[in-house]
Amino acid sequence: MTLKEINVKERVIVKKLNGQGAVKRRIMDMGITRGVEIYVRKLAPLGDPIEVTVRGYELSIRKEEATMIEVEKVA
Amino acid sequence: MSINIALAGNPNSGKTTLFNALTGSHQFVGNWPGVTVEKKMGKYKENKDIVITDLPGIYSLSPYTLEEVVSREFLLNEKVDVILNIVDGSHLERNLYLTTQLLELGIPVVVAINMVDVIEKRGDKINYKSLSKELGCPVVAISALKNTGIQEMMSEIKKIAYQPFAVRNIYNDEINHALKELSQTLPEKVDEGKQLFYSIKLLERDYQILSAFNMTANEEVIKPLEEKFGDDSESFITDARYNYISFLIKNYYIRANSQQLTMSDKIDKIVTNRLLALPIFALVMFIVYYISVTTVGTTMTDWTNDVLFGEIIPPAIENFLISIGCADWLQGLILEGIIGGVGAVLGFVPQMLVLFLFLAILEDCGYMARVAFIMDRLFRKFGLSGKSFIPMLIGSGCGVPAIMASRTIESDRDRKMTIMTTTFIPCSAKLPIIGLIAGALFNGSAWVAPSAYFVGVLAIIVSGVILKKTKIFAGNPAPFVMEMPAYHMPRVVNVFRSMWERGYSFIKKAGTVILISAIVIWFLNTFGLEDGNFVMVESMENSFLSKIGQTFAWVFTPLGWGHWKAAVASITGLVAKENVVQTLGQLYGFIEVAENGDEIWKTLAMSFTPLSAYSFLVFNLLCAPCFAAIGAIKREMNNTKWTIFAIAYQCLFAYVVALIIYQIGNAIFYGIFNIWTIIAIVLFIAMIYLLIRPTFHLEKVEMDF
Repeated sequence: MTLKEINVKERVIVKKLNGQGAVKRRIMDMGITRGVEIYVRKLAPLGDPIEVTVRGYELSIRKEEATMIEVEKVA
Repeated sequence: MSINIALAGNPNSGKTTLFNALTGSHQFVGNWPGVTVEKKMGKYKENKDIVITDLPGIYSLSPYTLEEVVSREFLLNEKVDVILNIVDGSHLERNLYLTTQLLELGIPVVVAINMVDVIEKRGDKINYKSLSKELGCPVVAISALKNTGIQEMMSEIKKIAYQPFAVRNIYNDEINHALKELSQTLPEKVDEGKQLFYSIKLLERDYQILSAFNMTANEEVIKPLEEKFGDDSESFITDARYNYISFLIKNYYIRANSQQLTMSDKIDKIVTNRLLALPIFALVMFIVYYISVTTVGTTMTDWTNDVLFGEIIPPAIENFLISIGCADWLQGLILEGIIGGVGAVLGFVPQMLVLFLFLAILEDCGYMARVAFIMDRLFRKFGLSGKSFIPMLIGSGCGVPAIMASRTIESDRDRKMTIMTTTFIPCSAKLPIIGLIAGALFNGSAWVAPSAYFVGVLAIIVSGVILKKTKIFAGNPAPFVMEMPAYHMPRVVNVFRSMWERGYSFIKKAGTVILISAIVIWFLNTFGLEDGNFVMVESMENSFLSKIGQTFAWVFTPLGWGHWKAAVASITGLVAKENVVQTLGQLYGFIEVAENGDEIWKTLAMSFTPLSAYSFLVFNLLCAPCFAAIGAIKREMNNTKWTIFAIAYQCLFAYVVALIIYQIGNAIFYGIFNIWTIIAIVLFIAMIYLLIRPTFHLEKVEMDF
């Protein structure tokens, strides 16, 4: 599944990043790399983007970009 | 000994605070050559031989954003003796990512870990000594806010400058093997210290570096590695960096096991709560608008316009000029041309300063990022950014600060689009025009004013959608992958400095472009030929400006108001939009008219039909803004071509919309059908086509500069 499908207040581990070029590089530069844990904090009032905690800070990301991030739920 | 320091760090790492603490008032603000990214330089307060260049806040040295490219080029090509890398200790993990890249440049690096007070408060500890040993560079603990550790940091910088510096290589044998092979293909001019950096860039297929060296990617070396790692080269390099950082954090960062919510978390819980976010957002925006546009800002602007540049300065100068026996024309030039023109513009400065103060507070306390978070979904639909909301809102007061407010938008594309469309919102100076038309032709109907705003908003949406599908704005929208910085109290020094810098850059503009434009219009409006002689005209009808209006009035015939008086009024609107009403008043034979021009309502009703009047209104609302706003556009675009493009687009758009309204309206209400009706219908269909056609796609999906 991708990060887009994850509900608020759930924790996931990043499995893989799809896509290429500037957007992918930007996502990785911000610390979303394979194996990192992501906590989905909240959804914007209009339903998009989402806000997550990764590597100890808060990051907002559009659902469109979240579909590039393959994740697995933490048991 | 002179030292050139490059100050590098993530956004929100306290970089600005540190820069202000180091340089005090010895700062020079400019732009990086050719781009709109701000460049700041300063001299160290206690040693003027130490020059500090404040690089833009960046997360990485990738080739994808303007800020990153600018920083990278500066570090690689300019004389940089020491990189001062400021690192937010409370977000150490992400901040060190840039550090790993800076350590590969072969330039001495000093890492300053900022916000140590925050870390200590949390009970966390950093093993600075071991971290310094591991990274191979000095690491000092500082608090830019409390001004601690700065002396030690500066003495480390002095020690390390001009010393040989070993790059930190964090890669495994396999990657290093490939890097070595690639380094042999580098041009000879690359000096040894920078070989690691360039080899990595070759491995990443960095298109900027490749094209600078006239090289192509060495697939023989890159491909096998990619297959082995199961990922592209950019990704496994990034992975390697973050893995190294995880190792650093594990060994040198001791976390006190507290899971308690920080103050920032608590604030955020309320401020961006799903139910409360929108009401709070509306409240914040209302306060900003109410104070900077409706009350304090307007009071100050009115005072500057009516009292300072109305009752105080002009009479004083007039008396002085009379007392020295100054020629009439020179008096006119100074009083009406220069003081009148520039005064009208400087009148906006107090209002701008109030607004900039709010913007600086919103940015500094961290709420600006939330504005983008909340509004992104709405604005992205028509090619704008969530942060475009603020310029649009301010635009209903005055277009000048609105355009300048667009500076908070990071993406170059979104910012340009916002600048081009903001002035479509009717500003307060356009209200008299609305009042005039509504009063003279529509019996003061209540729908006229709201419809003007509706036209403005619609113009923004239509333009946004049309423009984002054109070649110039093509490419993927900037990814919205944005840090939500922790909330904190805004810092007084930063806030006021930011306010002043923005205000000052506008004042400078007022002294050049705006001054010259105002003088030209004054000249054309004051001089003319009477009885074949070049004179200061008695009646405005004989002025050069009127002659120009008479010559070009036919241009506006298809819009329904091809008489020269309306044309001239539109031109004088360039100095200030409220002049449109004043000029019409003068041309219809009144010396002075009330703000909404009710003296000329009757006369006006005879030369306009309701439809042509509405077309006149729409044209004047949407066409090029006043000189002050054009100056602001020039300032923010920092590019003459883009400025001309923006103004040309606005005028063309205004013309087309007014034409469509007049001609199609004529056909519907009066059954008048001619060649222009057909043209209007064709234009209307073309506009619909531009709105719904597929987006132009670039072959190569990269960010455009």
